[in-house]
Amino acid sequence: MNKNKSGQVVLNAPYLLWSVLFIIVPLIFVVYYAFTTADGQFTFENITTFFTSRDYMYVFCMSMLYALIATVICLLLSYPFAYCMSKTSASVQGMLMLLVMLPMLMNLVVRTYSWRQILERTGILNTFLESLGLPAVTFLGSAGTVIFGMVYNYLPFMILPIYSSISKVDKSLLEASSDLGCNVFGTIKRVILPLSIPGVLSGITMVFVPCVSTFYISRIFSEGRIVMIGDIIEEKFYRSGAPDYNIGATISLVLMLIIVISLAVVNNFSDNDEENSSGGIVI
Amino acid sequence: MRVLRGIFIALILILLYAPMIVMLVFSFNSGTGTAVFEGFSLRWYKELFLYGGDMLGALRNTLILALLSSIVSTVLGTVAAVGISKMKKQWTKSTIMSITNIPMMNPEVVTGISMMLMFVFIGRILNLINSVNFITILIAHITFGLPYVILNVLPRLSSTDKHLTEAAMDLGCTSVEAFFKAVLPSITPGIIVGFIMAFTMSLDDFVISYFTNGTYQTLPLLIYSMTRKPMKPDVYALESIMFIIILVLMILLNIIQSDDKKKGRKAS
Repeated sequence: MNKNKSGQVVLNAPYLLWSVLFIIVPLIFVVYYAFTTADGQFTFENITTFFTSRDYMYVFCMSMLYALIATVICLLLSYPFAYCMSKTSASVQGMLMLLVMLPMLMNLVVRTYSWRQILERTGILNTFLESLGLPAVTFLGSAGTVIFGMVYNYLPFMILPIYSSISKVDKSLLEASSDLGCNVFGTIKRVILPLSIPGVLSGITMVFVPCVSTFYISRIFSEGRIVMIGDIIEEKFYRSGAPDYNIGATISLVLMLIIVISLAVVNNFSDNDEENSSGGIVI
Repeated sequence: MRVLRGIFIALILILLYAPMIVMLVFSFNSGTGTAVFEGFSLRWYKELFLYGGDMLGALRNTLILALLSSIVSTVLGTVAAVGISKMKKQWTKSTIMSITNIPMMNPEVVTGISMMLMFVFIGRILNLINSVNFITILIAHITFGLPYVILNVLPRLSSTDKHLTEAAMDLGCTSVEAFFKAVLPSITPGIIVGFIMAFTMSLDDFVISYFTNGTYQTLPLLIYSMTRKPMKPDVYALESIMFIIILVLMILLNIIQSDDKKKGRKAS
């Protein structure tokens, strides 16, 4: 028994040590920097600066709004897609899954840059529009394009968990529902939708979190005109002449808290169905 | 109905692949720009291998980092998964799992800056000139790779028969031997999937690397610094090659997983 216990310690100690050192302690540093001045004195000033600054609050609210819109659009595109996917044959499903995952693994920077090339004033899409005799459109710089960029980038994160929960729905339930007189839409509404809620919730968190904190997409697609919360954080650490770690840490802390709260809300919905909700986390 | 479904699937896939198609097509462009396609040529591939020294260097850095970090993540993560699966107290288990999920759920910017703050702080105390360097980016990559390994190995362990170890020990194995002979083979697919995931995540990571790299230049970071100026198609050539590599890795992963499913069906 005793030997068993020491074996346990040997197995658990390295990871425990690692996760405390490189997950927990860095987060403590965020809190530390958020509550200190540049020379290490304790202060609440960073927090009050953040919440009383109209600029910060504006950016913060706009980021939440953009991320929310992008999440809703992702959901509206992904649900029908995941449903259609689940209706194809098993081998096609496997292939589609691969096709959906693949873009996620490609370099974000290159994908985004390549979209720029499509959307530019003299880009591929405008050339195409002009050849049809339509006027050219300025895509870059608008909020719509930034939201499009987020939808494009995080769509797979919504599709995969929804698909995995739809494909787990017992086929006999679908037959039962049609035997009892439901048409296709009735079955979707009464059987598939309620059973796939865990996937939807998991998808929402997996899209919303990276959307609200993005810093590259917004800059490239808006040509620097639209600033998101992630851009400000990055700027505080890197871009401005004098980096301000303390206010940067404060913004990060607030962002993190918002996300923890939204995750807690979402988990509250999906807690009773542990098996399904965990299905979405690993892609 | 079927046709409509097909069209919808095709439209979404076109949306997802539009930038990749542009990238592949323009990597074969004979012109210098990335705006007009002037004709087919292998010029940029040639240029990449002859003169793209800094890009190939960054690629080498990226591969070294991805390989090292995913190997460490895999070993550490597998050991951790075995440890977690043996835990008896529910609350310690769920606490560890919540900690494991932090790097996956936290925004990447926050993960990146939290590590940077710690490294800079330590660097200041130790009076280091480069407080962020290869070691720090390696630590960061190992850390975000770990959850992928653990979350892929754990389900395997819980579906492995608990009596397997006992049987092996009854037959004269020590507990360590029992693990290597009886348990390890049955969790290997999970370990491989975890490893490939950690590897590809590291290969592609931009945000976390951006805050923890110091002077260690990886490919995503180099390309990021290049996008401020008009890009040349040699970047597309390199990324097209990467695209093919990742495609092959993913197909491999798919084969391993479906093979495994078939075996599972036979066994049951």
